[in-house]
Amino acid sequence: MKEQSLNIERRSATTTPSPGVRHTVEVAKLIDISKCIGCKACQAACMEWNDIRDKIGTCEGTYANPADLSAGSWTVMRYAEVETKDGRLEWLMRKDGCMHCADPGCLKSCPAPGAIVQHSNGIVNFQQENCTGCGYCITGCPFNIPRLSPDDHKAYKCTLCSDRIATGMEPACAKACPTGAIMFGSKKAMLHHAEGRITDLKERGYRQAGLYNPAGVGGTHVMYVLPHADTPELYSGLAKDPQLSTLVLFWKGIAKPLMGYSLGLAVLTGIFHYVTVGPNEADEDETEE
Amino acid sequence: MTNHWVDIKNADLILIMGGNAAEAHPCGFKWVTEAKAHRKAKLVVVDPRFTRSAAVADYYAPIRSGTDIAFLGGVINYLVTNDKILHEYVQAYTNATFLVNPDFNFAEGMFSGYDAETRSYDTATWSYQLGADGYAKIDETMQDPNCVMQLMKKHFSRYTPELVSRITGTPVEQFLTICEMIGSTAVPDRVMTSMYALGWTQHSVGSENIRCMAMIQLLLGNIGVAGGGINALRGHCNVQGITDMCLFGESLPGYMKLPTESDASFGDYLTRMTPKPLRPNQINYWSNYPKFFVSLMKAWYGEAATKDNNFGFDLLPKIKGPSDALAIFERMYQGEINGFFCQGYNPLAAVANKKKVSTALAKLKYLVVIDPLPTETSEFWKNHGVLNDVDPAAIQTEVFRLSSTLFAEEDGSYTNSGRVIQWLWKAVDGPGESKGDVEIVSRIYLKLREMYAKEGGAYPDPVLQLSWPYSIPEQPSSTELAREISGRALTGDGEQLSGFGQLKDDGSTACGNWLYCGMWSPAGNLAARRDNSDPSGLGQTLNWGFAWPANRRILYNRASCDVAGNPWDPSRMVIKWNGSKWVGNDIPDMRLNARPEEMVMPFIMHQEGVGRLFGLNKLKDGPFPEHYEPFESPLAKNLMHPDNPESKCNPAVRIFMGDLDSFGKPDKFPYVGTTYRLTEHYHFWTKHSRINAILQPEQFVEIGEELAKEKGLKDGDKVIVSSNRGHVKAVAVVTKRIKTMDVDGRKVHTVGIPIHWGFMGLAKNGYITNTLTPYVGDATAQTPEFKAFLVNIEKA
Amino acid sequence: MQVTRRQFCKICAAGLGGSSLGVMGYSPDEVLAQAHAFKLSRATETRSNCPYCSVSCGVLIYSLGDNAKNAKSEIIHLEGDPDNPVNRGTLCPKGAGLLDMIQSPNRLNYPEVREPGSNEWKRISWDQAFTRIAAHMKADRDTNFVTENSTGLKVNRWPTVGFLASSSAFNEVGYISHKILRGLGVVTIDTQARI
Repeated sequence: MKEQSLNIERRSATTTPSPGVRHTVEVAKLIDISKCIGCKACQAACMEWNDIRDKIGTCEGTYANPADLSAGSWTVMRYAEVETKDGRLEWLMRKDGCMHCADPGCLKSCPAPGAIVQHSNGIVNFQQENCTGCGYCITGCPFNIPRLSPDDHKAYKCTLCSDRIATGMEPACAKACPTGAIMFGSKKAMLHHAEGRITDLKERGYRQAGLYNPAGVGGTHVMYVLPHADTPELYSGLAKDPQLSTLVLFWKGIAKPLMGYSLGLAVLTGIFHYVTVGPNEADEDETEE
Repeated sequence: MTNHWVDIKNADLILIMGGNAAEAHPCGFKWVTEAKAHRKAKLVVVDPRFTRSAAVADYYAPIRSGTDIAFLGGVINYLVTNDKILHEYVQAYTNATFLVNPDFNFAEGMFSGYDAETRSYDTATWSYQLGADGYAKIDETMQDPNCVMQLMKKHFSRYTPELVSRITGTPVEQFLTICEMIGSTAVPDRVMTSMYALGWTQHSVGSENIRCMAMIQLLLGNIGVAGGGINALRGHCNVQGITDMCLFGESLPGYMKLPTESDASFGDYLTRMTPKPLRPNQINYWSNYPKFFVSLMKAWYGEAATKDNNFGFDLLPKIKGPSDALAIFERMYQGEINGFFCQGYNPLAAVANKKKVSTALAKLKYLVVIDPLPTETSEFWKNHGVLNDVDPAAIQTEVFRLSSTLFAEEDGSYTNSGRVIQWLWKAVDGPGESKGDVEIVSRIYLKLREMYAKEGGAYPDPVLQLSWPYSIPEQPSSTELAREISGRALTGDGEQLSGFGQLKDDGSTACGNWLYCGMWSPAGNLAARRDNSDPSGLGQTLNWGFAWPANRRILYNRASCDVAGNPWDPSRMVIKWNGSKWVGNDIPDMRLNARPEEMVMPFIMHQEGVGRLFGLNKLKDGPFPEHYEPFESPLAKNLMHPDNPESKCNPAVRIFMGDLDSFGKPDKFPYVGTTYRLTEHYHFWTKHSRINAILQPEQFVEIGEELAKEKGLKDGDKVIVSSNRGHVKAVAVVTKRIKTMDVDGRKVHTVGIPIHWGFMGLAKNGYITNTLTPYVGDATAQTPEFKAFLVNIEKA
Repeated sequence: MQVTRRQFCKICAAGLGGSSLGVMGYSPDEVLAQAHAFKLSRATETRSNCPYCSVSCGVLIYSLGDNAKNAKSEIIHLEGDPDNPVNRGTLCPKGAGLLDMIQSPNRLNYPEVREPGSNEWKRISWDQAFTRIAAHMKADRDTNFVTENSTGLKVNRWPTVGFLASSSAFNEVGYISHKILRGLGVVTIDTQARI
């Protein structure tokens, strides 16, 4: 993976800086919930492009299927039926998946060198060949996204179709999206596009419409336009103010500089595990709806 | 569609009623989101369920399934009472001014001419008053009590908001809000489009549902304009093209009619089929019928179709009786059909009342199924446990299953619902020994032809004389067939024709379908064009594919201009009169040099040249739409005319004697059942596709929270939904999206039943939902009433 | 296949049409370094349309192989055709899953017959299939064909056979089917379009 490190901004469990990072355009996906029809074209396109197939499940009494993210489902639609104060019904649909945080909790909590990387365009990628399957990325993620595969015990999540983006194409989900609820481009262009959408929503009576690009994780490379931006938790529990958990901050601020490549992985993960118990629970309370 | 998919972006108001575009046509629905984003358009959804279309609507109102005419009739009443009509348009471009036969009348839910014995109307009085010159009489002032405008006002005056609400369950204020929104487009610079699909067609009043909206659009001046029209979204990729090829018993390609026993001679037939103009100066395009017909016969019988033998008129069969799917399976059920072919059609799953269809299939001597996938129909004889509980040993039908190819495995053309014909190129060979559909039907035919040539038999002439000029007889190529459909001259060097204006009735042209004439012109295969440039910005893309007729993208586009020939809305100019001819951003639907003062009206296929608010005898159940209850209704009476039991349901609907006992009553089946599609699946195909099976794996039904509470049901419970014809078992989805309706002071619950499951596929096997549905259809189109019937639901 | 140069006049997605995504993070020489190699490199692209609903979205079919004589093509991926004016590259969940329809393990591969009273399918050759079907048809037609009605009018119809036509078949299939059916005198015809 030597060549690739050229535009890798950060690697997990690695203190040496990446060599000569080139400044590439920061990319982003903008998911406009007001245009989303919950059709799951994004799920289908994701499965098809990435050659992943989840198991054929059962109906659990909702439209959501598969019911949750997994190593075979890197994105899922979540549905919520909400009655507004004026008695109107809103059927809120949210495409769930990796947010590609600017300050990625998964990367910061990952003890395996090079298992999680952040590219200079903002994409956070898992490199499964370096993954030890410890699951700390799951604990460290404020959005509860990564999942371990029961087959190879490695963690998987959305790659933002980095293989497509590398050839100048958009992510499979964004291309497929029938209504343009998923847009893709430079983060700058997406922020601009979001402004127009929010103005339109406000004109249509959604006074709390706004952008979801949470500062607690340094902003994200997957952003939402929310008609009710004041209450993101309406959208199947989207975190209101996601933060890196205390443990990640600990790892990042104190532990990490002390650790070097020389320190055995076993020792490292042992310490890590010991520190996690308390803060992790507190963190969950904070991010649940 | 009168308009086309991309044109939806030009609308100011989009009404989705009788359809669910976001789920059934997501990529077409994008043009709704474009209209919202770029024109600040509003989306209104009226549906018994809060669908995924409703989820992104600006305004939603619920409606009891099967009461659309009550709603739309109320809209008409609102528009005429509140003067929300585009006067110049209505006066000039509709038959509002026409005088109707004074013997026409309507009382107690019945139009004049009803015969209870045959459940049909004698339509003689549903006609215009004709003058001595043979033209229809009109009253420009529209004050004559027999003029269409006055009759229409009177007819719909009964549809008051209060009565509409009592019937439909839609609250009065919500109904009136929508009326106001619709009425706002009765001005030249605002346009509404109507998007509908099976939610309107699958009713015993299906055709009248659509007519009712067409009337509204005429009153608002929304037909013929960009962003307007009445747009059938339609189901299959080539449902439009196959409809145009007219694979209907009574039809011939291009909406011509097969002769019947009333046509004693070729002359009689042509006279019956060739209409005379009903107003001066009108185009009356069907007057060209003989040219279309003779050219078809030359394409089919070549040299064997001569002037002397009436171009092979007697080689054609004459049809007797109806040939719709319900009539066909009724005849099969009665043992009148021996052999049957299902080409990419799965009737056991798709037609009403599975039990009847299954029993009918078992009476066949042979059944041939041509399909890329194992359909339920092909295994109707096999025991699949409770899902298909039959005894194979007792079924004597010989069944052939022929493996055909899929779209990616052949060249050919599809026509989308916007009438745009597009060419597809073959990517790979089909799997195994599979063959293309053309080859399969051709080889069956050639085998028969060989046998008739050798052995003779019943009337071999048409079998032996059918024109078969294909370079590989067993495999006519799609290009050869497309050229034949488009048509060529039979004189000179036989060049392809460039349009139906060149067709002749003297046998000097051959054309397989006049509507498609010009698709393969001297310039080549226009359906294969891929220039998506759009200089007008209206989304017309005139050089992408080829639209019938004549590459026209918006039908009746003469009506996009006022009488003087100026566009109603210059910012959405489709065509205009430039002082010497019609020009613009579309192929004008008008004689190019027809000066506005000649008053050649836009609806060129009609004898009178105008749009019909009064529908004459074109539909079997009345010249004006009237609300009738579904055949299985939770109500005891039709509130429009509570004292006449005969007009509770559509009196002109055909019912087979044997089906009378199959209808259920609300005492045992108290809830309204309605079937529909989910966005994750395509009919009964995608249960064979792993990705789609993952996205929606298991059969379910949807019920509202109130009914769930009454029945003690919760999300995920297994339930049995039953009708008088059978039952299905599924998982319950309890939702706020299906509301209990308040109908005339009582509660009506709806049970939503998605259709996609069956006893074969990768998704979890399930019950065929058409086990539940009633064997009754629309009076005119005979589309079964899948959207409103009675069911019960119990915990399994 | 005829492929014209893309001509975008107006891009439905505001403001994004002109920017090249190529500058957004990777340059082409880094493609090789991807964890997942780009799977369409050197795949053959064919223009087609989705076979599901009548929006008839343009699709691009990607197949392995360059159509060389000794290579058997296999479809590996489909996605929306960005040039198609209606779908502009988008696909719904059905269209986006087309690969699994084409590659469905349930696709039929050869003709089969189920004989009267039998409980199983039997594989047969195409020639056997056509011969047996034609024999059934001819026997039925010769027995039940109606040449004239009671008044002596030529009616020339074969009332005891029926045909349901697909609404998913090409225009060319519908046309040739119609031509053949009328040539045989068939009047009992309907299509999926009605339902």
